[in-house]
Amino acid sequence: MSGAVAVQRAPVSLAVYSMWRRELTRFWRQKSRLFGAVATPLLFWLVLGAGFGGSFSHSASDSDTNYLEYFFPGTVVLAVLFTAIYSTISVIEDRQEGFLQGVMVAPVSRGGIVAGKMLGATTLAMAQGLLMMLIAPLIGIPCTAMSFFYALLALFGVAFGLSGLGLMIAWSMESTSGFHAIMNLLLMPMWLLSGAVFPLSDAHSLIKVLMYANPLTYGVSAFRSGLYHSAKSAPAQAAPLTACILVTAAFAILMVMGSIRLANRPSRNGR
Amino acid sequence: MSELAIEVSDLTKSFNDRRALDRVALQVESKHIAALLGPNGGGKTTLFRILATLLQPDSGSARICGFDPVTAPDRVRRVLGVVFQSPSLDKKLTAAENLRHHGHLFGMRGRSLERRIGVMLERFDIDDRANDQVETLSGGLARRVEIAKGMLPGPKVLLLDEPSTGLDPVARLDLWHQLDEVRSTEDVAVLMTTHILDEAERCDRVTILDAGCVVAAGTPASLKGQVGGEVIRIDSDQPQAIMERISQEMNLTADVVGRTVRIESPEGAGLIPKLAEVLSDHVQTITLGHPTLEDVFIHQTGRSFNREREE
Repeated sequence: MSGAVAVQRAPVSLAVYSMWRRELTRFWRQKSRLFGAVATPLLFWLVLGAGFGGSFSHSASDSDTNYLEYFFPGTVVLAVLFTAIYSTISVIEDRQEGFLQGVMVAPVSRGGIVAGKMLGATTLAMAQGLLMMLIAPLIGIPCTAMSFFYALLALFGVAFGLSGLGLMIAWSMESTSGFHAIMNLLLMPMWLLSGAVFPLSDAHSLIKVLMYANPLTYGVSAFRSGLYHSAKSAPAQAAPLTACILVTAAFAILMVMGSIRLANRPSRNGR
Repeated sequence: MSELAIEVSDLTKSFNDRRALDRVALQVESKHIAALLGPNGGGKTTLFRILATLLQPDSGSARICGFDPVTAPDRVRRVLGVVFQSPSLDKKLTAAENLRHHGHLFGMRGRSLERRIGVMLERFDIDDRANDQVETLSGGLARRVEIAKGMLPGPKVLLLDEPSTGLDPVARLDLWHQLDEVRSTEDVAVLMTTHILDEAERCDRVTILDAGCVVAAGTPASLKGQVGGEVIRIDSDQPQAIMERISQEMNLTADVVGRTVRIESPEGAGLIPKLAEVLSDHVQTITLGHPTLEDVFIHQTGRSFNREREE
């Protein structure tokens, strides 16, 4: 009887693809998410950008850069952060609504499930980031194919790392309510201290230490230098570009590996 | 190679100090529909989760088509369809998309997958709603999609956890229609947990689980045969007094379950006139019937099946 039964695992790639596609379909059917992920950062950008504009004097760069322009890459990263995190956090709903239990009894590695989910979140975050980047030429950042390409590459690293981080947080959480605390206490400070809102060079020395320790600082910096690839002058970077790229890539890989490992761990008793 | 689809022996599982399963044994033959009957908290869901590879037992063994869910979970998952008590469909996806996704997780793809989805949609009579998002479907329809999803990869064993929970009577009948359909068209063994006696009555084999122990197992007919002949029930507001009177004046063994006095006797009908005469003033109703699975449960445990559930 058992002889007729195929015993190998289903190919992981198919599971990854299916989970990825599901993320996209769900996002598309929840139009409010589409709107929220772009509108909130845009609002931040306009309100904070306009409000701080007068008092911003960025010593480390040339005087051309006004605050709205300085803040712009940070806004794009915020949109990416929102989308990546909210997409991966849906794994909590998947668990609560029962969807995940059906996935758990399928003959496919849990790492594949998580990888699909992360890829989905990354894709959505990239799409939002791309949408935001269309504003760049309008505010005087000279855009070429190359600068777009480099910026997107950096954004990909950022999106992947944040998706992995989101999944690691969400995988073992029982409800979405605890997640708001994490958002406020970990993720928003991460973004605030990434050079997205104010440059590292202007910060108090204690804050500087935190900013150097923050992996997102390097992602924002890499993205900014990608965006300004074709510009004559650009805001100063937090660290040399090579270091930024390496840290961003390492963070992404670490988060992805971490969340896959977490998912592959045998499940807890009774859950 | 054994013909058993599910074989469980000596299975034990504790949560902290509470013993959820105590040396449980169970066998299900292929092409059978078997019920795991018991009051809530009896250990049904624990056993279900162990068989579904989601929980590890403390000791004992389980085999599904010869595979061990502890040491070879992936092999078990390949031959297993699982329908959970709570919904496991993505409400934002359509019925067909849910099936397609599930097929992908089992390595199915392309035209053979689409063909199989078509067969399932038709068999479970959901083809006209295939492209509707699951959140727009009624509870009964959604349950059909769940079963279609469980059956999609062509499992050898289908596990159902309390399949009729939350369904109205019409949808329950419909569920049975679907299960009969599954049995007649697919080579599959079905094991369902249930606390509904009527549902267990319709199965080929019933295992009664109470407080983590198997208290009885067999076909519904053989189980009911264990209870002596027929069962007389007397409803009264003074059951205790009636029981004493019956044992004194008629020399019969009777037991009290809630507000009912039960007498198991091979000569049931013949006793009724005498009972009516002896007990005339205290009795509300006297009924005579063939034993039900509830009688089997009371016979084995001395407790009412339903009382446990209401607690």
